[in-house]
Amino acid sequence: MKLYPIRGGIHPEYRKELTSKKTIVALPLPLALYIPLQQHIGAPAEVLVKAGDLVKKGQMIARSQGVVSSPQHATTSGRITAVTQVAAPHPSGLPQTTVVLEPDGKDEWADLPEPFADPFSADAHAIHERVAQSGIVGMGGAAFPSAVKLNLGTQKKLEILLLNGAECEPYLTCDDRVMREYPNEIIDGARIMAHALGTPRVIIAIEQNKPQAIEIMTKAASAFAEIKVIGVPVQYPMGSERHLVQAITGRETPARKLTADLGVVVHNVSTARAVHHAVRFGRPLVARVVTVSGRAIREPKNILTPIGARIADLVEFCGGFAQRPESVVNGGPMMGQPLASLDAPVVKGTSGILALTAEEINNRPTNSCIRCGSCVTICPCGLSPLDMAAYIRKDNLEGAAKLGVMDCFSCGSCSYVCPSHIPLVHYFNYAKGMLKDLENELRKNDRVKNLAEVRVIRIEKANEAKKTALAARKPAPATTAPPSNTGETKAAPPTPEEKADA
Amino acid sequence: MNIATTSGPFTHGYNTVQKTMITVLLALAPATLFNFYLFGLPSILLFAVTVGSCLAIEAGCMALAGKPAKTALSDYSATLTGWLLAMSLPPWAPWWIGLLGALFAIALAKHAFGGLGQNVFNPAMVGRTAMLVSFPVVMTAWIMPHPLFSSGSPGLAEAIAITFGGHMPDTVSAASALGYIKTELSRGIPVTQSMAKVPDLMDMVLGYRAGSLGETSAIFILAGGLFLMSKRIISWHIPLSLMGSLFVMAALFHAVDPAHYASGIFHLMSGATFLGAFFIATDYVTSPVSKKGQIVFGIGCGLLTWLIRNFAGYPEGMAFAVLLMNGLTPIIDQYTRPRAFGRDSKGEPLPLGKP
Ligand code: SF4
Ligand code: SF4
Repeated sequence: MKLYPIRGGIHPEYRKELTSKKTIVALPLPLALYIPLQQHIGAPAEVLVKAGDLVKKGQMIARSQGVVSSPQHATTSGRITAVTQVAAPHPSGLPQTTVVLEPDGKDEWADLPEPFADPFSADAHAIHERVAQSGIVGMGGAAFPSAVKLNLGTQKKLEILLLNGAECEPYLTCDDRVMREYPNEIIDGARIMAHALGTPRVIIAIEQNKPQAIEIMTKAASAFAEIKVIGVPVQYPMGSERHLVQAITGRETPARKLTADLGVVVHNVSTARAVHHAVRFGRPLVARVVTVSGRAIREPKNILTPIGARIADLVEFCGGFAQRPESVVNGGPMMGQPLASLDAPVVKGTSGILALTAEEINNRPTNSCIRCGSCVTICPCGLSPLDMAAYIRKDNLEGAAKLGVMDCFSCGSCSYVCPSHIPLVHYFNYAKGMLKDLENELRKNDRVKNLAEVRVIRIEKANEAKKTALAARKPAPATTAPPSNTGETKAAPPTPEEKADA
Repeated sequence: MNIATTSGPFTHGYNTVQKTMITVLLALAPATLFNFYLFGLPSILLFAVTVGSCLAIEAGCMALAGKPAKTALSDYSATLTGWLLAMSLPPWAPWWIGLLGALFAIALAKHAFGGLGQNVFNPAMVGRTAMLVSFPVVMTAWIMPHPLFSSGSPGLAEAIAITFGGHMPDTVSAASALGYIKTELSRGIPVTQSMAKVPDLMDMVLGYRAGSLGETSAIFILAGGLFLMSKRIISWHIPLSLMGSLFVMAALFHAVDPAHYASGIFHLMSGATFLGAFFIATDYVTSPVSKKGQIVFGIGCGLLTWLIRNFAGYPEGMAFAVLLMNGLTPIIDQYTRPRAFGRDSKGEPLPLGKP
């Protein structure tokens, strides 16, 4: 199949050989599991258990709240010892509400929902429901509730389910290992997802630095004509949704639109495997494979980890630190977040834990920008990092916004190549945070203004209605719109009330 | 344990400003050494004075600004400026030309604008043109090559007299090829005729001609340029668009009126075309950052070089052309920003629809 070029990008040192030959091994059950209520984008789940409750593996312990949310499940059997505040795996290290579970060692499953005997004759809705109830979120790192994305088929005409097995971040090999060890589970999950989405084609994209995974997946997919496995060029950030879609289809997702608007829905390969488990066995998402790597780790590994195990448990399982790490990173080295504490738990979006030495990070003192243009050449979004940084340095956030800083997805390529080691991404993260706050502020003002407007309109309408009623005393024409709060009218432009709610 | 909480990425490339500069110096070395050979000891002395002055002035400026001089010198940018300035001077020019040129280059063109990365104009070319405008006679005192170890090559005592004593031997002076045909043309002698007296093509390619200290050898400069491209320090955009536009302009006019206009090949091989295209116009700080902008910039440099060589008072146009385009760089940058992903060139989201 013909592939299309994507703009810019870099070829960092991948260092995947640290773990790419390591078969997935299961973490021994730790003494306690810490399951945060929010492991996903959207509203946190609402807790259903209290201290002292006995739970079984796979039992729902927190239910989803709202459309974009996801439930949490007990990741083994045992006793709830507390519902309390625990540091989140986030650079701030801020605590968030977390269920603490003390395993009883039996690892006994709860009564699980019925498996689907034949998912391909099942109603798409039933599959969405199962995926939603199983707490499945995007496992590539973004942790967006998968059921919401699976629902896109009801709103848009979709052509392709694109399974993302690019794994373009250095060090990470968890998806590589899952593809090599569980290809049939991924393929089955993909077929179920394609059925739920209504897409006639499935494309599985894998970066060419994973030849074994490509071979094994191609073999597993060979029985299904609608599934195609494609090796894509090794070019960071190939795994970015929009860029992968461009590489495969040649089409560029317009700003502020979704790839689904082009008829392509992207899911991670491990997510497909989780869907397979949920639909075929009724098992919710209670564990994931995490790459623990970096030269500061004594024995790098790919670990099957129950959600909620502390990062310290994983590090210990890998023989601890061989030397003092300069940073411990949650995720890949390009887009991952620094961890404030090893006490934070592994969550559904944790793809890697990296303990990196100073030599690996290779951060140097910052020099002045020599306008070498490298950052402009490699920015996969076509931005001008040096100019945006110059504005931000002068606190001209508006100027940076005009140059498109909000389109930057912090892929890190510019910081990676900069010969002056200017922390460009740091600038952009700062600016994006500030601009978002500013927008929220404006929206608040807008909301107040809107509410005032709504009131004026209501009064006017009432007056008018009174007038017509008085003047004519004949049946007034139906001027009011039919009730529009059924949730089906999302496509319509928001009425002032709706906007005020946003 | 102390875990740093900075933002990503947590891996970085190995490129540094220092490495970049050193690579450029390396690329310049063959052409420079060859020209040392051609122009002998006085050229080596002038080179040493120029580079040394640049380093001293850089250190002085940093000290004035209250910054540690050591870090500034260790990035090698002042060395490179001095090196390029020396390469653009007449090889037997006196020492004070090197010193004054360095003063203009480092103190005025670089530090008065705020230091490394802030300057609008190419420091080496500011130094060179300032000298050319102020001391036109000294700055056009070209000589034909007197290769080291040959009988005409000055010995150490003579070299010191030339560089530090201002004893330019009258007998050796020569005109550059561009200067020669220009003077001849002003005397009514057509280019077609005067071309017979300029060095033949082979000598021009190798560098056996009168010219600045480092500009004469097209072949060695080309080798250095290709080396820089292979190291991805520069790309083809500026050199090719510059030489291409200069060649096309010259060839067109030459085809129409060969009596007044020298050929495209002649313009490519003479003056500072190669040095300018590969090493001067490509200066990061003073050229556009986007590839599109670099092409516009290169074409501008090529056209202006041709215009100045043919119609302005100076036979050599490269330095002026580059400086003029340096001045336009901020504007070029502004109008040649890449198109953002998912947006049209105006920054509006792309329309949905079939490709
Ligand atoms: S971090 Fe942002 S600005 Fe830098 S290369 Fe990536 S998208 Fe471009
Ligand atoms: S990569 Fe760094 S030095 Fe080069 S232009 Fe961008 S910000 Fe400046």
